[in-house]
Amino acid sequence: MGMTFAEKLLAKYAGQKEVVPSQIVTVRPDHLLTHDNTAAIIQKIGPELDEYGIFSKSLSIIALDHVIPAVSEKTATNHKLTREFVKKFKIENFFDVGVGVCHQLVVEKGLALPGKLLLGSDSHTCSYGAIGAFSSGIDRTEAASLILTGETWLKVPSSIKMNLNGKLKPGVYAKDVILHIIGDISASGANYCSVEFHGDVSQFSVDDRFTIANMGVEMGAKNAVFLVDDVTKNYLGSIGVSSSSYDSVFPDSDASYSQELEYSLSEIVPMVACPHTVDNVKPVSELSGLEVQQCLIGTCTNGRLSDLKVAADILKGKTISPNVRLLILPASKDILQKALKEGIIGTLIESGGTLLPPGCGPCLGAHQGALAPGEKCLSTSNRNFKGRMGCKDAEIYLASPATVAASALNGKVTDPGEVV
Amino acid sequence: MKVWRYGDNIDTDMLFPGKYVYTCSTAEEIKPHLLEDLDPSFSKDVKEGDIILAGKNFGCGSSREQPVVGLKAVGIWAVVAESFARIFYRASINQGLILIECPEAVKAYSDGDDIELDVDAGKIIVAGKPFSFPKLPPEIIAIRDAGGLLEYTRSKLKNR
Repeated sequence: MGMTFAEKLLAKYAGQKEVVPSQIVTVRPDHLLTHDNTAAIIQKIGPELDEYGIFSKSLSIIALDHVIPAVSEKTATNHKLTREFVKKFKIENFFDVGVGVCHQLVVEKGLALPGKLLLGSDSHTCSYGAIGAFSSGIDRTEAASLILTGETWLKVPSSIKMNLNGKLKPGVYAKDVILHIIGDISASGANYCSVEFHGDVSQFSVDDRFTIANMGVEMGAKNAVFLVDDVTKNYLGSIGVSSSSYDSVFPDSDASYSQELEYSLSEIVPMVACPHTVDNVKPVSELSGLEVQQCLIGTCTNGRLSDLKVAADILKGKTISPNVRLLILPASKDILQKALKEGIIGTLIESGGTLLPPGCGPCLGAHQGALAPGEKCLSTSNRNFKGRMGCKDAEIYLASPATVAASALNGKVTDPGEVV
Repeated sequence: MKVWRYGDNIDTDMLFPGKYVYTCSTAEEIKPHLLEDLDPSFSKDVKEGDIILAGKNFGCGSSREQPVVGLKAVGIWAVVAESFARIFYRASINQGLILIECPEAVKAYSDGDDIELDVDAGKIIVAGKPFSFPKLPPEIIAIRDAGGLLEYTRSKLKNR
């Protein structure tokens, strides 16, 4: 019997010839991602760190990104504890405040490679399926245990094959595709499953794939993966990773899937996820005219150069509505620098945008860009849960960078097709 | 014993708001904010031995350990749901919080019904009607029996 991507990869890491769904395997991931939660994680295992040390200084990837710069003595102290840990144990991959969102950095710095296994104490760790890695979120305690032992257990997931066929219409983006899929399958439709994207995927850049894989967890997926192709290889080549440095994993042609789903890309229209669940999606046209007070373009979901460029193309030479705050949140410093050089940031600021430091920003509701009761935010981020941006009586709507930029111009939800 | 009843897709922000994630990590810091945006009465009135009964996809969203630590600390006996999100499920194993996935039992429950629970036997009785749920695999029971993942890891390190 053939194996899926997840089965093949987990068999490799479990040192077994074959594994089957529901089997429990013991694995040693290539990397473990932690972020601002690192301080809380290492505080759980203080005596053990003193006695046994860490498993490996190359295992951890640590990025300070969630609440940056620190907003309080408490968060500043957490950052300080993290830096001290990094120094003491000579952690090889550490990214301090301002370098970027952890998930962007893992991909951008070539730390996630095809065929690799990465775990992280953040639910959007599933993003690295964009370049053909198996990656999945875990909790803080498991991260603490991994720091000490380097190993954990995983249940082999069953796999869902999603065939993305046809070509997207102009003005429709990867974000619309994943919102459409989540709306179809529901917020729990892929629970515990590995999702493989097949079909006409060569039209999707690594940036697009990142957006789609990033939101895999919003349908409950354990991981979500695009198989390695020329798009992946060219991207990795562009960041200095040669194809000899990774070993791609592909599913067998006779692999067995728990579900096969077909999506016709040409039929997808710009979508919005409405409060308070990500699967509550509607076409932009149905919400047209809904007033919003804050617009956010960025985060790990849509804060890449191509996303900022789409927004800048819409906003160039225009001014946003006086009733809207437009927040710009590049996913990394590297992206910010490129966007500065290309004049993208200048355009966004001239149109009325406010630039935030590369990080998670308003997405988690702990600082920058919190909402007031009764306010509505249209955001390119990945979650619209009640209270997510700091206020339970506010509403969050999710859409593509093009839809958010077009809506910022009008102060109302607007189909990007209307302004270009 | 009180049964706290909630619906589908109870996400991690409802269980414990993101704004407290980097300021609260101990059980005492977490408790007052448990389910704050979902049910403000919960943290005030919850008692040792209470049960949470919920719909599909309980605990979806972030990797957020605080709700698990908090529910365990206030003495929630078990969370019974139609289904759970996977990171929440793993976190609960690691903290020793009992989760029971049994859609039939959830659907059979009406307000005021008695619930009896035998975790090791994989049995839940709602208003006299028995339902079974799959037992955990031995690898997972070993973590639970050790008192949670950190205890399990500590004993593994000691015996290495």
